[in-house]
Amino acid sequence: MSSSKKIRVLVAKPGLDGHDRGAKIVARALRDAGMEVIYTGLRQTPEMVVSAALDEGVHCIGLSILSGAHNALFPKIMELLKEEGIDDVLVVGGGIIPEDDISELKKAGISAIFGPGTPLDEIVEYIKANVKL
Amino acid sequence: MPVTDLVNGVLSGKRRELARLISLIENDDGDASEALSQLYKHTGKAHIIGVTGPPGSGKSSLVTKLTAEFRKRKNTIGIVCVDPSSPFTGGAFLGDRIRMQEHYLDNEVYVRSMGTRGHLGGLARATSGAVRAIDAFGKDIIFVETVGAGQSEVEVIDIAHTVIVTDVPGSGDDIQAIKAGIMEIADIFVVNKMDISGADKKVTEINTMLDLDPREKAWRPPVMLTNSRSGEGVSELADKILEHLQFLNESGQMEQKGLKRSRDELYELMRYKLTQDLYQKLEGKPEYEAAIKKIAARKEDPYSLAERLIAEFLFSESR
Ligand SMILES: Nc1nc2c(ncn2[C@@H]2O[C@H](COP(=O)(O)OP(=O)(O)O)[C@@H](O)[C@H]2O)c(=O)[nH]1
Ligand SMILES: [Mg+2]
Repeated sequence: MSSSKKIRVLVAKPGLDGHDRGAKIVARALRDAGMEVIYTGLRQTPEMVVSAALDEGVHCIGLSILSGAHNALFPKIMELLKEEGIDDVLVVGGGIIPEDDISELKKAGISAIFGPGTPLDEIVEYIKANVKL
Repeated sequence: MPVTDLVNGVLSGKRRELARLISLIENDDGDASEALSQLYKHTGKAHIIGVTGPPGSGKSSLVTKLTAEFRKRKNTIGIVCVDPSSPFTGGAFLGDRIRMQEHYLDNEVYVRSMGTRGHLGGLARATSGAVRAIDAFGKDIIFVETVGAGQSEVEVIDIAHTVIVTDVPGSGDDIQAIKAGIMEIADIFVVNKMDISGADKKVTEINTMLDLDPREKAWRPPVMLTNSRSGEGVSELADKILEHLQFLNESGQMEQKGLKRSRDELYELMRYKLTQDLYQKLEGKPEYEAAIKKIAARKEDPYSLAERLIAEFLFSESR
């Protein structure tokens, strides 16, 4: 029966920047790795991300951000997830995130941060190895 | 999570439990059928509306606008969107939600995306179970957006009360596709993107096609014009949808649909169960393996062996 289980990933772009090329490339790589990728589009508020994750029953949330607002948005999303009682979802981030910010984000509960140029395989393998199905 | 908790969660309106149940249904988990069996008596209240039509014709956009319209009328909404899974990797890109952002923060709207996971016919195998779960959850109206790949997508009539077929102005080629398969299933035609030129022509084409249908019909599918970006025509469409619902109820067709659905479903479940049982009983049995060899060697024929094995394995208590 477990063979029919699929990893479901929400790929979301919180914040105001208007580029989702990177997010779409990652989304496609995850799909090609056999995952079901729910893509929600640009300019998501943390509330929208969490509401979509809740409805869609995802195992993983991939957040992409370029605008520099990660220090505010990522922890806010973690906080809202906690409020909803969602503690079994793997949350990873990507985009332009300075080295110095990473440890704070991890403390907030983001499992991994993938900077620009991270090989797509690495992201795929990380998610496969760390999601709770 | 125990099935009772799941069932109670769904019945008390917990989105998380609903989401979890739908995942179990998608994964063919044994708990899912147990939960659905307990939920069954709480279903049958929602108006289920199927939306089918070519990719890009604006199904997701239209569902979004209809949702806004019915929310104004104080209805609660569930949405199931089906997209194709790759037959090679099993992966899927589920992008219908992009159009539905305006409803993300509305607690009365539940949206679920689904990959077909190899199922043909425009829906996923789990779609009907998911719709039923959302029905038990208490949503008034449930939209089902099909894959939209074409002619064979007629499965939506098995679960929807009202089927909307979308089309757009432009080349007459796709009208062929409609003619070939999905025309018969439409309760309402929508020519979306009425802001593009040629919309009226498309309406005429569809009406002409309907005129050619020789069958006597108590409900002639109306052809509506919408703009799913601006919302023009959507309130009229919503009225028409309700009119169709009223027609179903008053003509007795609703009752007939319910009976047909129950008959098909019961038969299908029994057939499925019998096949499962048969498979379990035969799998690895020496008699079964021996029979296969005899057939291949032309010592016995498959026709009589099939009957004999069924009698022996499926209907004997001793096994
Ligand atoms: N001009 C115009 N574009 C529309 C209309 N409705 C939808 N679209 C656009 O058509 C494209 C496909 O829409 P979508 O709802 O995703 O179609 P689907 O694939 O059938 O679900 C999107 O870019 C929409 O913005 C409309 O009424 N007029
Ligand atoms: Mg769509």
